[in-house]
Amino acid sequence: MLINVPETVVADALRGMASAHPGLSVDVDNRVVVRGDAPVAGKVGLVSGGGSGHEPLHGGFVGPGMLSAACPGEVFTSPVPDQMVRAAAAVDSGAGVLFIVKNYTGDVLNFDMAAELAEDEGVQIAKVLVNDDVAVTDSLYTAGRRGTGATLFVEKLAGAAAEEGQPLERVEAIGRRVNESARSFGVALTAVSTPAKGSPTFDLPEGELELGIGIHGEPGRERRAMMTSHEIADFAVNAVLEDLRPSSPVIALVNGMGGTPLLELYGFNAEVQRVLSERGVPVARTLVGNYVTSLDMAGCSVTLCQVDEELLRLWDAPVETAALRWGR
Amino acid sequence: MTDQNPGRMLDTGFFRGWLTAAAAAVEREADRLTELDSAIGDADHGSNMQRGFRAVMTVLEKEQPAGPGAVLILAGRQLISTVGGASGPLYGTLLRRTGKALGDATEVTSAQLTEALRTGVAAVAQLGGAKAGDKTMLDALEPAVEALGTSFAAAAEAADQGALATVPLQARKGRASYLGERSIGHQDPGATSSALLIGALAQTAGATE
Repeated sequence: MLINVPETVVADALRGMASAHPGLSVDVDNRVVVRGDAPVAGKVGLVSGGGSGHEPLHGGFVGPGMLSAACPGEVFTSPVPDQMVRAAAAVDSGAGVLFIVKNYTGDVLNFDMAAELAEDEGVQIAKVLVNDDVAVTDSLYTAGRRGTGATLFVEKLAGAAAEEGQPLERVEAIGRRVNESARSFGVALTAVSTPAKGSPTFDLPEGELELGIGIHGEPGRERRAMMTSHEIADFAVNAVLEDLRPSSPVIALVNGMGGTPLLELYGFNAEVQRVLSERGVPVARTLVGNYVTSLDMAGCSVTLCQVDEELLRLWDAPVETAALRWGR
Repeated sequence: MTDQNPGRMLDTGFFRGWLTAAAAAVEREADRLTELDSAIGDADHGSNMQRGFRAVMTVLEKEQPAGPGAVLILAGRQLISTVGGASGPLYGTLLRRTGKALGDATEVTSAQLTEALRTGVAAVAQLGGAKAGDKTMLDALEPAVEALGTSFAAAAEAADQGALATVPLQARKGRASYLGERSIGHQDPGATSSALLIGALAQTAGATE
């Protein structure tokens, strides 16, 4: 691994991020990444965060048109409320702050506590929970669907609405609508190695793959002998469409888990587009790349987000972050 | 053990002693907690609890809170600020809400502690959305509160039994729930650390008798 010692990986990455992106204000000690011009007068603030190891999520999505601030926790461990409270205070212009929370028990609890504390300090807080992973089917008997690829859509579209000057209730409503309109399914070709452990956290033999994974090396829905890109696209897209059943065009995110080359991802995207065409689902926009990752895991996920004219306009709106930028 | 009558008075020193004993128990059992967590979670419960209770010891030394309620509220806040994951908010809430329920009296009765702890445990259930039988902290804490009306020793016994009784359960909350039936056959790490906390309470009660 390209690290010094496991204990400092998060702080080291934050220092490197600060040097690479002078438009960001990075507080390495308190682990908060804030857009440099915050608070922006009259604008709703957007704060997200979660365990580290999913980069560029969330710090790479901080900037005009997307997040106002991000709070990175330890690797795969949710941040503490102090980070979110500090971030909320830094970005609140008086228009309130939206917390964007992926549905994992630790993230939900820490953001809930932070919301209570920030409100004590006079910041108006609203929350959107992201839970788009269709691989978790037994939601009654689990912590519920995990938040994965749809997080990018919620952060982009709610971020664009906030940038337009829409009020907190509207930005929150758009965030909820985006989450309800988006579904994901992920596949792992290799296990993930955390810096602390240094070796794969579970055993996935070569020649096999795990279908329906999360982004922390959690077990998938089932394990199978290796499939072709063609077969994986059939399985993943159909799993999403079984649940989403879109009645309008979709934006497709073909996402790499961190260890799969873009050459393979683009090839996989061709297969994803083929399945969508066969199923008669029109595609309005497509994004291909490593955006919601799981350290060094090889594999991919497909997220489809059903859009109307308003959501498509918000998608096309200018964005200027480390990992996503267009239109400016 | 004659460790309790409903009117027994518990002062600030008792509550500091409880947290000190809890911190020592977490240090002693950290590896076991992490081992239990590696079977059905992400192998960091011991180290997370260790980081939290070390920070609690530091802040209690530095700020010297006056009163049982203030001790628990400060400790709870410190756990929330240092642990992360799900354990930080849950244990932090347990102590903070129990402390709030005790108010600002300089001494409280053991009956008042029982009622305050009941409030704290209910807050944990509400925050986590869990109930007894979901293979969580509550499987140790709820029977402990019921038994605390009898004696501290009975509470510790009930918490230990509750933690053991999580082995055959299927997890329905937290990251272990994604394992489905594969979570059966393992003792819940959160219930285990909860039993340590209640054990430390009984130990402190016996030691101050």
